[in-house]
Amino acid sequence: MRVPMDEKKVARCRELAGSIADDVQRYIDGHTSVGAERTFLRAFGADGVDDQGAPLANLVVDRYQKAGLLGRGVSYWLGRALASGARDIQDAAERLAYAPDLDKGEGGPDRDAVARALAPATEAAIARIDRARAEREANKTRMRPGANPLKYVIVATGNIYDDAVQAKAAAFAGADIVAVIRATAQSLLDYVPHGATTEGYGGTFATQENFKIIRRATDEAALEYGRYIHQTNYSSGLCMSEIAWMAAVERLDMLLNDAMYGILFRDINPCRNFVDQYVSRRFIARSGIIINTGEDNYLTTADAVEKAHTVLASQFINEAFAKRAGVREEQMGLGHAYEIDPWIENSFLLELAQAQLVRQVFDRHPIKWMPPTKHKTGDVFQSHVHDAMFNLVGVMTNQSIELLGMFSEAIHNPMLMDRYLSLKATKYVFGAAKALGDELSVKPDGVMGRRAVQVLDEAHELLVQVERDTIWKAIEVGAFADVKRTRTGGKGYAGVCERSPDYVNPILDELEKS
Amino acid sequence: MHPTAPAKLLRAYGDRQGDGMVQMSFVLELPPSARAREAAKKFAELHGLSEPLVSTMETCAEGYTYFVVYGHSAHSVDPSTIDVPEVRTEALSREEIHHRIETRLGRKIVVVGACTGSDAHTVGIDAILNYKGYAGDKGLESYKCFEAYNLGAQVDNEALAERALALGADAILVSQIITQRNCHKENAAALIELAKRAGWRNKMVMLLGGPRIDHKLALELGFDAGFGPGTKPSDVASFLVEWMCGDREKAVMT
Repeated sequence: MRVPMDEKKVARCRELAGSIADDVQRYIDGHTSVGAERTFLRAFGADGVDDQGAPLANLVVDRYQKAGLLGRGVSYWLGRALASGARDIQDAAERLAYAPDLDKGEGGPDRDAVARALAPATEAAIARIDRARAEREANKTRMRPGANPLKYVIVATGNIYDDAVQAKAAAFAGADIVAVIRATAQSLLDYVPHGATTEGYGGTFATQENFKIIRRATDEAALEYGRYIHQTNYSSGLCMSEIAWMAAVERLDMLLNDAMYGILFRDINPCRNFVDQYVSRRFIARSGIIINTGEDNYLTTADAVEKAHTVLASQFINEAFAKRAGVREEQMGLGHAYEIDPWIENSFLLELAQAQLVRQVFDRHPIKWMPPTKHKTGDVFQSHVHDAMFNLVGVMTNQSIELLGMFSEAIHNPMLMDRYLSLKATKYVFGAAKALGDELSVKPDGVMGRRAVQVLDEAHELLVQVERDTIWKAIEVGAFADVKRTRTGGKGYAGVCERSPDYVNPILDELEKS
Repeated sequence: MHPTAPAKLLRAYGDRQGDGMVQMSFVLELPPSARAREAAKKFAELHGLSEPLVSTMETCAEGYTYFVVYGHSAHSVDPSTIDVPEVRTEALSREEIHHRIETRLGRKIVVVGACTGSDAHTVGIDAILNYKGYAGDKGLESYKCFEAYNLGAQVDNEALAERALALGADAILVSQIITQRNCHKENAAALIELAKRAGWRNKMVMLLGGPRIDHKLALELGFDAGFGPGTKPSDVASFLVEWMCGDREKAVMT
């Protein structure tokens, strides 16, 4: 089954998106942020918290940011501490955080000495990411993943140990991917909490230790059920790059990661978000993690029929940003969703047309298909039918990653039984309609064919406009998700800082080489 | 309508009046077995179901069984003895809303809404406030006689209060969707406390909405009205019109 698609128009959309991203990339390349710098510090191996629970990475970076010295990069200061006699990275970072006198860069080791001091630690930082990647790949060869669409479920108890139990239960019931949803509002914390956590509302905190606990559980489940189980978390918000690094070294398989989601849906400052998404994606690219972008969210705030093209346009933009961070197409799980009002006549056809269009436009990408949420009510029986139709589109259009709908959507976080029934129904639809997409062809001038043409046309028009006005302006006027954000508004702007001409960042240099 | 008058005491209606048929589905922590089936029956009986029929018994996770059970519920309710304040549901027409505000108030009603606390789910507040509305019913932004401000998600109570005061709001709309461990109640009640402490609680009408909210709960938490699932923007508009420039008593039916 294919919908009509003008290849030239698709190519033109890619060019426009490239130009949109290039404009922002020039800004990104001249800036850094507290989040980005904390990430590099962690990547070098600085770890731990003070007696108040404040991460060492925050203490160092905040201190240098306040002193107006972050423009040279935290790596520079770390290198100077190393070259001045610190025993190792941890000792150097602790000196930066706690030494009574702040190093202001007067005298002492020169740039070359700093570079020499950082070289072994840089190599070790990159090797650590590469090792985790190699281990993941080896595991995937031993334990093959299930067939596409991969079935993705969420656990969200607030207690990481309960999450581990539920993750294994989900794998038992047939899930291929388990995401531990984050505690609400973690995206607005400008630090990553430390250690295992057992309290969280709406989800469980993303911490490095929690990543380890779920990795252990999903690895065990893979061994038991003979199928690779993917682990997912959320690289978004003010710590998106730190989370990306933690995920990279703890062998996560996927991350929710989007070039613009934080701006639109969490009111993160656009400058901050663009800088941080770049750094996060540099780590993601190196680690082989698959990103899941968040365009599906657009349709929860904007109308899914009228604004369908904004999803496609944003997918082109997300792709362009990801490419500029070295992410390969095979790592780009661009997101879209089944959110059209189900009671509209032919709503199913409109969904099918767009899902197929996205599949064709992004044919090498592990695209991510999201379930209905907006039009779900508390009627669990109707909801189950709604999800079945969504599943049918998923299998017919060969989506790569499918987040399963839950019949209890709009009521509570999924219970054990809810996930089980969802997986059972999905297994039925995926099996019963496995080859349906290959059997059918679409009338070029029918409802679906015309819809596909219209969505691509409108996406192209929007990209022309955004390219002319720049993305900053487009976001200001609410071009995406009907949400408006200004360049200097939102959270975290104070944490952005201009790179000085002598900015030092050997890890980023290494990541940019590959 | 059933030709025979409904019984004063209501039982669940399955296939015939008074049969009390209900279905339950639940999970017990044991593997499926004859003993598990009996355990499920016993569990259903303890909930007041007679002649329970276990229609499904499947492993849903290792060591856990999912059951569907049908049975006759022995329980009945007498609706006439129940006292539940309900928000008036008789929606006024758009023209009527406009007319009343124009003639009786002579200015716009200023409404400020937000998803407060850590709640990031704006579906509800968007449906009520944004132009687009919900299920074909346009949001308050679409009314000429309302000035609606949607502050979005994850707004602190303090920030909401500050903004509402600065805008001279007549009404505050709070949406709470996340309900894990009752955080929605604590958060909503904290806003009322804040308003009382600062001395402006009675200067604004305060509304609470969300899938787990009803009018009764909203009143308990100190709000003026509560709106549950399925509420349309015109319901909220009508309520506000009655409250602001009509008969306040009529705004709430008891």
